Amino acid sequence: MATLIAFPILAGLMILQSGIVSRIPLLHGTPDLILLVIIAWALQKKVQNAWQWSIIAGLLYNLVSALPIGVSLVGYGLATGLALAFRRRVWQAPILAMLVTTFLGTLVFLSVSYFSLRLLGDPIPLGPALNLIVVPSVLLNLVLAAPAYALMGDLARWLYPEEIEV
Amino acid sequence: MNTPPSRLRSLQTLVFGLVAVGLVLLALGGYLAPISRIALNPFIAVQSWIATRYQAVQEFIRAPQDTARLRQRNSELEAEVAQLQSQIIDLQQQLAGTNVLSALVDFARANPENRYQAAAVISRDPNPFLHYVIINRGSDDGLRRGMPVVTQQGLIGRIVAVTALAARVQLITDPASTVNVRLDPSQAQAVLLGQITGDVVLEMIPQDAKVQPGDLVLTSGLGGGYPPNILVGQVASIRSQDQDIFQTASVQSVVDFSQVEIVLVITNFKPIDINPLLPTPIAP
Repeated sequence: MATLIAFPILAGLMILQSGIVSRIPLLHGTPDLILLVIIAWALQKKVQNAWQWSIIAGLLYNLVSALPIGVSLVGYGLATGLALAFRRRVWQAPILAMLVTTFLGTLVFLSVSYFSLRLLGDPIPLGPALNLIVVPSVLLNLVLAAPAYALMGDLARWLYPEEIEV
Repeated sequence: MNTPPSRLRSLQTLVFGLVAVGLVLLALGGYLAPISRIALNPFIAVQSWIATRYQAVQEFIRAPQDTARLRQRNSELEAEVAQLQSQIIDLQQQLAGTNVLSALVDFARANPENRYQAAAVISRDPNPFLHYVIINRGSDDGLRRGMPVVTQQGLIGRIVAVTALAARVQLITDPASTVNVRLDPSQAQAVLLGQITGDVVLEMIPQDAKVQPGDLVLTSGLGGGYPPNILVGQVASIRSQDQDIFQTASVQSVVDFSQVEIVLVITNFKPIDINPLLPTPIAP
């Protein structure tokens, strides 16, 4: 159930991302709703299927984006790995973990995208890429990190209700 | 000599009749107007005072009913206004869409040598490094990889991937996009490159070419990737240094890529893959 529900949620977010969010950039950076959701999901205490969500997100991203196949899987996989590592170490301050993971996860995902495109020959200069895309994207993701964490927390509580000892 | 009472009454009646007829004639002649004005003024004043008070009392009695009715009417009118406003917005959107379609039809008529398939832009690439859009027509509508995509203003890009119902278009602003172009009127050949900023620049303009700001940039057709003579933009500024082999120039595109909603795919253009013809280094 918790894995199956990833399909409609992530597909809906992907439609929102490519249909609306990508059209309203800050400079040339845009928030990555999918990345925020998989990080927020991986940071939830009881969640066991963060990797499955990450794989589904990567596959959906590949459907819509012209990014080389597998790059989004790697990017989201690394972001999920970061989130799981932070969940174990910074478990007492989940919002802090969310912000740190969002910051690092966005950098990792965009770096993987950038270097894969450079490897394939796209002449993207590093300076403008950093100033016009990476920094604004990180900023936008950080702004949306807290609401994303709260929403995914509600979803996790709904899917994994607290067990009451009688 | 006493007058009998009956004759006296007849006389009185006659006198009254004559006085009445006289008064009527005077009134018809307008001679009684000042007198009637003087006589009527107090009457009118009293009548007005009474009527005003009566209306005030009547309004006081009927006010609750009227207020309720007016409120109901007001809410009805507000609902009607909201509905009309929404209709206006719908019609404005339809008008904007019709204007775009009309311009596209004009473009298609002006270029009858090509066959076109109209398509709507349904999404953009979620990755901010890439400048691609997805359109709602695919191989079921006859679209193939490599077909150029234009608007009524000029070149947009070309199709790089197709599914049955959709196609992915690489915009000319994508950093990996290259378009062979020529400049008008100098006829100099150059290469148009996309930038991550969404701009396009010209490179490899020969040093001896006389290029001016305002020169038109059109596809040259070289390389077989695009048909010739599609407008791309205008030269905005030129950078030329004596020690360089080529000049470079920034180009003002004729298309506002952030506002593209409906595009035309040129369906009768078949791109030519010249890669097998390119010389390859021979091992010693």
